[in-house]
Amino acid sequence: MNLDIRVAGPGCRNCQELESRVIKALEDLRVEATVVKVTDFKDIASLGILATPGLIINGKAVLQGKLPSVGIVKGLILEAMRS
Amino acid sequence: MSRRAIQAFLGLAAVLLGASVTNGFFSASPRRNRALGRYLLAGIPALAVWIALYWVLEPFSRWAAFDLAGLPEGSRFGMAVQFFLFEAPKVLMLLLLVVFGVGILRSFFTPERTRRILAGRRESAGNVLAALLGVPTPFCSCSAVPLFIGFVTVGVPLGVTLSFLVASPMVNEVALVLLFGLFGWKVAAIYAGTGLFIAIFAGFVIGRLKLEGWVEEWVYATSAGSGLGGEEQITWAERVSAGLQAVRDIVGRVWPYVLAGIAVGAGIHGYVPTNAMAHLMGRSAWWAVPAAVLIGVPMYSNAAGIIPIVQALMEKGAALGTVLAFMMAVIGLSLPEAVILRKVLKPKLIAVYFGVVALGILAVGYLFNVIF
Repeated sequence: MNLDIRVAGPGCRNCQELESRVIKALEDLRVEATVVKVTDFKDIASLGILATPGLIINGKAVLQGKLPSVGIVKGLILEAMRS
Repeated sequence: MSRRAIQAFLGLAAVLLGASVTNGFFSASPRRNRALGRYLLAGIPALAVWIALYWVLEPFSRWAAFDLAGLPEGSRFGMAVQFFLFEAPKVLMLLLLVVFGVGILRSFFTPERTRRILAGRRESAGNVLAALLGVPTPFCSCSAVPLFIGFVTVGVPLGVTLSFLVASPMVNEVALVLLFGLFGWKVAAIYAGTGLFIAIFAGFVIGRLKLEGWVEEWVYATSAGSGLGGEEQITWAERVSAGLQAVRDIVGRVWPYVLAGIAVGAGIHGYVPTNAMAHLMGRSAWWAVPAAVLIGVPMYSNAAGIIPIVQALMEKGAALGTVLAFMMAVIGLSLPEAVILRKVLKPKLIAVYFGVVALGILAVGYLFNVIF
């Protein structure tokens, strides 16, 4: 299954940090995925993100407005892979 | 005042503990209970240590400045040092506790829930609600644009959305803690009240002016996604951990500003003669309020840096209204914010937005200079 992960944020510190945590989580889990940053406000809004940083896995917004730990990101990835 | 403060915090702690016990222990799973139990076990002694430290801060600062360092008690340098040794740890300790509490409180308010509450509200009542929700809803300035789009596209009126955007940065926990710690609870309450009033007023006026046409066209053409969908399930242990995270984020970010602000404040406290500011920023100078707003708007600082300085100025004769106006202009309106909002608002609307908020701040400044 192809995992599609998007990190939504205009480029503030938390958004960059979230991206690196996602990459770390993927490395730890040995899971392949495409990680794309969404920086355009129009695109962020149409993903349904109100507060940045936002995390979208396979088109579904799973987290917004806070910076999750690597452990939580792993949990979200695993959950998305199961469903 | 410190005794009253401690009573208030004890009350808050009791409520939090009580709520967590009833909510957590009876509903959550055993593993979550253990996490919560650990937090409680660590939290109660931590609170006791906090209270004990808070009590001894003043005598300690006097002892350190006048006995340990041997500075003469009436000297300017001695006064400045003692002021710093007392105020800096006091404000940092208050910040730790309040930011933690607010972090827990915020876990009850998500931007999505706020949006659901505000969607379809009429103006006036909507403005009041938006301003009130602007305080506890977690929000950072880089979220202003997605939040704005998300709000207006689901039918939150423009004026109501702007009420939220004014209240959120202006009335925040860091500002309130600093005001409480350095000025006392009355000024903190006045600031919170008038800040909310300005947010309600500005949003209401802009709503009446029907300026939806001055929002960039593509905003209303965007169809906002549904977001996270259902309610997040969140346990008490997670709420406590959100509180700790808030302490790490917020206190970790603002403490250098607090220390720098209090250091400058301590300098003013020790060296600037009493009443030096009465002439410049006193009540009799009618132009002081507009000047304070004009200087304040382009300045970009946070509450943590500006309030200690302002407190020292007030001690030297600056009037409360002038000082409030300056503080609100610095904290509530800033050029970086205008630049961010430019992505969704046309320049004309940004000008009106800043103009109306600045007018509200002016009115508050004059009002308090007349009353006090």
